[in-house]
Amino acid sequence: MDLNPEKKIDIEEILKDIKSYRPRRRGWTWRKKVEDQKIGPFQYKETSEGLKNSVPLPAARSFNNIDPQPEPVITTEIASGRFEDDIRRMRMAAWHGADHIMVIRTAGQSHFDGLIEGTPEGVGGIPITRKQIRATRKALDYIEDEVGRPINFHSYVSGVAGSEIAVLFAEEGVNGAHQDPQYNVLYRDVNMYRSFVDAAAAKKIMASTGMLQIDGAHNANATARQAWKVMPELFVQHAINSMFSVKAGMPKDKISLSTVPPVAPPAPDLRLNLPYAIALRELFDEFKFRAQQNTKYMESSIREATVTHTLNLLLSELTSADLQSTITPDEGRNVPWHYFNVQAVDTAKQAFAGMDGLKDLIELKTDEGYLKEKSRELKERAILFMEEILEVGGYFQAVAEGFFVDSGEYPERNGDGIVREKDGGVAANSIVERDDDYMAPVCDHFGYNNLPEDLDKPCDLIGGCTLHNPDKIDFIDELDPEDNVEKRLEKTEDFRENDMVKPEVQWLGDGWVNITMFIPESEAVAEYASIEIAKKMNLNDPEVIHKEVMQPAEGTVCEVKGWVDFSIDKNKLEIPEKEEALPYDEIRGFVDENSLSVVAATVGKDEHSVGMREIIDIKHGGIERFGIKVTYLGTSVPISKVVDAAIETNADAILISTIISHNEVHRTNMKKLNDLCVEKGIRDDLILIAGGTQVNNEMAVKAGLDAGYGRGTHGDDVATFVVKSLRGDYNEEE
Amino acid sequence: MPINREDDFEERRSHLEGLSDKELKARFWELAEDVIDPLIDLSKTHTSASIERSVLLRMGFNSLDAKAIVNQVVQADLLGKGAGHVVYKMAKKEDRSIKEVGLDIGNEKYDKEELKKLFDGGES
Repeated sequence: MDLNPEKKIDIEEILKDIKSYRPRRRGWTWRKKVEDQKIGPFQYKETSEGLKNSVPLPAARSFNNIDPQPEPVITTEIASGRFEDDIRRMRMAAWHGADHIMVIRTAGQSHFDGLIEGTPEGVGGIPITRKQIRATRKALDYIEDEVGRPINFHSYVSGVAGSEIAVLFAEEGVNGAHQDPQYNVLYRDVNMYRSFVDAAAAKKIMASTGMLQIDGAHNANATARQAWKVMPELFVQHAINSMFSVKAGMPKDKISLSTVPPVAPPAPDLRLNLPYAIALRELFDEFKFRAQQNTKYMESSIREATVTHTLNLLLSELTSADLQSTITPDEGRNVPWHYFNVQAVDTAKQAFAGMDGLKDLIELKTDEGYLKEKSRELKERAILFMEEILEVGGYFQAVAEGFFVDSGEYPERNGDGIVREKDGGVAANSIVERDDDYMAPVCDHFGYNNLPEDLDKPCDLIGGCTLHNPDKIDFIDELDPEDNVEKRLEKTEDFRENDMVKPEVQWLGDGWVNITMFIPESEAVAEYASIEIAKKMNLNDPEVIHKEVMQPAEGTVCEVKGWVDFSIDKNKLEIPEKEEALPYDEIRGFVDENSLSVVAATVGKDEHSVGMREIIDIKHGGIERFGIKVTYLGTSVPISKVVDAAIETNADAILISTIISHNEVHRTNMKKLNDLCVEKGIRDDLILIAGGTQVNNEMAVKAGLDAGYGRGTHGDDVATFVVKSLRGDYNEEE
Repeated sequence: MPINREDDFEERRSHLEGLSDKELKARFWELAEDVIDPLIDLSKTHTSASIERSVLLRMGFNSLDAKAIVNQVVQADLLGKGAGHVVYKMAKKEDRSIKEVGLDIGNEKYDKEELKKLFDGGES
């Protein structure tokens, strides 16, 4: 199936024959760097191959729609609980530049003793199942073909079923995964012995298919009371997982450290985060870096989160990032919405484009002074941490003594670390010693295995394992007759098949919208007033998701979400047809035969000239290039003067620009132009056209003019309208 | 037993002070290795229900069957032999397919003693 950019992805088509789907490749794919790439008028230092289909940044409009793709793989995390809706979001994110899609698991999956099957709905994430992975991977195959760049698919290998999940991921071509036994121990209270024993098995399997591993150290940062004090421990956590992974058989270039700048403004961000980032990259120079963004100090302000994340991107640029993760800026207010995934990806793309080649321009002072001293100090603190781990009797004892996630900056200890009993936690006492004759007749099995000698590969004993013969995989479709994707799709049929339209933020037809309002009252009054206002606007379950005081008495801005219970039939919409511009030769020919002339001006007390110049100037591709004679009167021109000039030059048309819309002055100007022409008895001899950022055709026609144009209009559009009007094309249509 | 301790970094670091950056890095990685070596040894010599289910998945069983088989193997106290091993041995003994035998074990068609008997006599 080839995706058509103009058509929605067909989920039912993806689910068809899912049983026989096989992944097209295994393992991780990096972007292809292009040295000194020329894109549009610019030469870039740090970009990768471009995309076949993409949505460029908004300002790209002024740069011929170029869409430079930075070097690092860009990650977005998508998990709304319904994978069929996530697939649509993945496509949107891919079009904006994401090539690493991370799927968060549903609450509780890490304590589920076995694999989940089918496609049940998740809470705060997705139940990771074989069918869900297959359908998503299959959709990503189509999406990566559409955008023209491989997309890495990623989830989590952890919990008490970690080894099985690793096999599932290897079988199904999942490209990357989080795996860090410390995460299980500290945050999921899985028994520590069990967690490490399972992890070694999982890592070996992940390595067998070239999966990229991301560790879990960043969680210490998110959990610690004062995140900047946990820096020494972060080195230790990275080291434990990295070394354990190497010894379990994973190559270093498939081991990626998940590192977050620990603090955020108003703390002095770079001064604290930069020495840490430098020290980490010096110690772990043989490994990969996944730069995550700060979530610890995230509130409900989209603006604030975006600035913090931009500083995080600066840190990546100043040091290094093989993968740049993005956090949706709405994470502090709700489960991430579609368009915030896209915004976060765009923030990374925009910042990297803007900082392209920065390291050629500036140099960090790492040889002496603060950066060197501070990064050395952090390394030493980390070394002291490991020395004490060994002194007390090793890792497990250290965990039992609450070494980890203590709020003190090691060696300071505040006695508030996470304590886990050696024989406690989920699945305590559940590891068993392998006997001398222990045997597992499969490939890529970590640890002792008493296989018969002279085997080419272990699975020859059983005629092949699933890693070598995928046809051996025993696919389970659904286990729950009610809680599954097919049932959910029945409910959204109206929106997929029957042309009904409803707003949404995460699920098709969810109806949620967000409105922003400024209330000139104190915070408390504003909050409750905004909810009442939302109710009167017929929004259901209104909830204030962000508020910010402008001044305690003068007012508060509130963002309110709520959902609508109606939908719109798109066939009943009256959408004005966008007129195709006539070909150059046709316009030019008509202009030459009829020697057309126009009068143009920005009217009223309005000094904006850029818009009008774009429409008329030959160098902007304006109407002059067709040979139309333009009498340009400048800015802040009274309407009467424009009309007089038109009479004087015997013009065919008047073009006015009216940008200022304060007190509806743009409408007044348009109406005045029409009225004056009528008064002077020349209305029928002239084509009257208005343009401006707040102008549209309907408004202009209502004011008595012939046409109105808003943003994005070109000289061609205006010339086409003038020519067609004079030829009488519009009369014929009537 | 979490403790409270003032920051004694300056005293503690005295033995590190003279190390070059390169030596410091080497020290860091030596310690990391010392910390994880016992963890790797533990992992090499132990197994778990999850690991054994992962073996059965690779042998072509689905997750439900793998779980049922491992439960029977645990009941028979044979996890230390390897769940895949139990299925493999039974299939050899009865000259039947791995799949059929595995499903029968999962469906409790064999009692504990029958499974245990596979490993009597020392020959594998």
